[in-house]
Amino acid sequence: MSTFLGLPAPPGAPPTAPPGVGHLRGDRPFPEAAADALADPQLRHNLGRATRTIRGKRNAVVAELPDWAELRAAGAAIKDDVLAHLDTYLLQLEEKVTSAGGVVHWARDAAEANAIVLELVLAAGATEVVKVKSMATQETGLNEALAAGGVSAWETDLAELIVQLGDDAPSHILVPAIHRNRAEIREIFLRAMGGVGRAADPGLTDDPAALAEAARLHLRQKFLDAEVAISGANFAIAETGTLGVVESEGNGRMCLTLPRVLITVMGLEKVVPTWQDLEVFLQLLPRSSTGERMNPYTSTWTGVHPGDGPQEFHLVLLDNGRTAVLADPQGRSALRCIRCSACLNVCPVYERAGGHAYGSVYPGPIGAVLSPQLTGVAENPSLPFASSLCGACYDVCPVAIDIPSMLVHLRERVVEDKRAHSRIPTSEQALMSAAKWTMLRPGRWAAALRAGRAGRVLGRRRDRIGALPPPLSAWTSTRDLPRPPEQTFRDWWVSSNGGHAEDGGT
Amino acid sequence: MSARDDVLARVRAAQAVEPLPDGPTPRDYRRHDDRRLPELLDLLVERLTDYQATVHRGDDATTLVRSVLGGRSLPSLVVPDGVPDAWRDGIPGGIDLLADDPPLSAVELDGVGGVLTGCRVAIAETGTLVLDGGPGQGRRMLSLVPDYCLVMVTADQVVGSVPQAVAVLDPSRPLTWVSGPSATSDIELNRVEGVHGPRTLDVILLG
Repeated sequence: MSTFLGLPAPPGAPPTAPPGVGHLRGDRPFPEAAADALADPQLRHNLGRATRTIRGKRNAVVAELPDWAELRAAGAAIKDDVLAHLDTYLLQLEEKVTSAGGVVHWARDAAEANAIVLELVLAAGATEVVKVKSMATQETGLNEALAAGGVSAWETDLAELIVQLGDDAPSHILVPAIHRNRAEIREIFLRAMGGVGRAADPGLTDDPAALAEAARLHLRQKFLDAEVAISGANFAIAETGTLGVVESEGNGRMCLTLPRVLITVMGLEKVVPTWQDLEVFLQLLPRSSTGERMNPYTSTWTGVHPGDGPQEFHLVLLDNGRTAVLADPQGRSALRCIRCSACLNVCPVYERAGGHAYGSVYPGPIGAVLSPQLTGVAENPSLPFASSLCGACYDVCPVAIDIPSMLVHLRERVVEDKRAHSRIPTSEQALMSAAKWTMLRPGRWAAALRAGRAGRVLGRRRDRIGALPPPLSAWTSTRDLPRPPEQTFRDWWVSSNGGHAEDGGT
Repeated sequence: MSARDDVLARVRAAQAVEPLPDGPTPRDYRRHDDRRLPELLDLLVERLTDYQATVHRGDDATTLVRSVLGGRSLPSLVVPDGVPDAWRDGIPGGIDLLADDPPLSAVELDGVGGVLTGCRVAIAETGTLVLDGGPGQGRRMLSLVPDYCLVMVTADQVVGSVPQAVAVLDPSRPLTWVSGPSATSDIELNRVEGVHGPRTLDVILLG
């Protein structure tokens, strides 16, 4: 179990996602970035309202199904089976996609995936591509890589369009512009649409229907002109070679149907064994994600369908640290994730801090366990601590990922990693050593507790201690400390004869 | 070493760290909806309506098509190959009819008012219609690019649950699952009908 706790990866261990490309790392630690978000009342208002709405919808449609627990158990078991036989299923998928007229490419990491896609786009003679929302290509930073190669990539999901036109970063897996309200969206459309295509009507209002209409008009011409589309995939079925994309707006259908060439980039773990498995995920995903019984559109395709849709299909299978996640027995079930985002919407930390504070395209509770594993904990060391461990994420997860336990495990890995890379003990380690010495002898412990009463000189005004000097300030900079009581429990126990004296005396 | 061999070797090395649990998948969820057909038809109508489709029910396809399309004032309509005569006969005379033969381009379809199409299966519990490009349906883009879509459903195509639908569908065909008109919840999580797909979805349920 502790194979690589705190140690450099052993020879032969799968590598994590390399730095310098893609969006798995923030440039600031979580607490620092979260402080900015917490200081923005508009952002907190937008997030609070949006997550409250979607939690209500999700709860209502999940309650409609009497067999939710059984579906959840099946979903978890299917995903575990995928991980147990990932090599077999990937080879089977490759064979089936190929025999249906598709071409399968393998990418060790983000840079390799981006290079494959750029080469395919250029080979198709295109300088513009349309994209349907895809976490994998956000992870790899594909748009930037295409731009560097002279190719413009147009995001077609409404929220992604808002993010792209606003020169912004997504802040939610499902609703990437959750941090923007309608007035801000109107302003972005009026300002930015004209520079990259059909401009918005100057009389545009902030009515959501009018904003959606503006996006429809702006993107319609791009869909009709596009030669190449790029998509992600919600699942790929090994048994049949079938790919699937779940969406709402129809921009996915446009991308999957109109262009001549389709390139799909998919994380390795999105493969599922059988066609029948769809019956589980098409119940779990929409209800957990948008809180709908079924999302408006789901498309499935198998290779190339002569005369219908793209006549050239490429599937890029992406590792980028996924095999490193698979190598940690206590962290690997994060690969069950179907990117529904239910855990974001119930998380008290996400609801207040928002997605940008996590610094990765995967925010919220799942991001706090997935991002540090994909990059290695040394590069995202604050994320496993971005949680109160309340457990709400585990309760709503449709594939039963035990995120709280995994967070504790990753905290341990962060501490071990720090120890392995530093000869000077950290203040936390010094404190823990002192605690160990104290707890070894009952006498020392009792004395320490009595000494703790000295702390009563602090925090007299609020009955709380707000700030301690370094190194203890590391604790109190983000938390209050209760003022120590007048009497320790041990003293009370002795003086009250184990509680009997008080019982009898009153 | 090729990327393919490298990635597969990584997968196997990771699995070897500690074997993963292996066993049959528990499938204790409901596979079959035991409700009788009349109940399922009512449920389908309720769920389709809940997601902003407009449902019209009856036995006479010709009359229904005439009245539904008569109220939509479409300039033109694309009708895929294989649509039954009883449906086609109901199309009001003033509407310009197009066949997808030779295949229409996306730009041509963008100028078409709407589409009339059949489907392969309908799921009552979720209010979902699945198109598989079979007879009377045509290519995927026909039900996508025009702004209006009329889907014909016969009672014998209606199943109760998602598992029952998956069981009758053929994965080798291109499938489109439709649950209500195109929609988005990207602006403050308000559902707005109509972004890129057809903004109006009419459904005629026969039987």
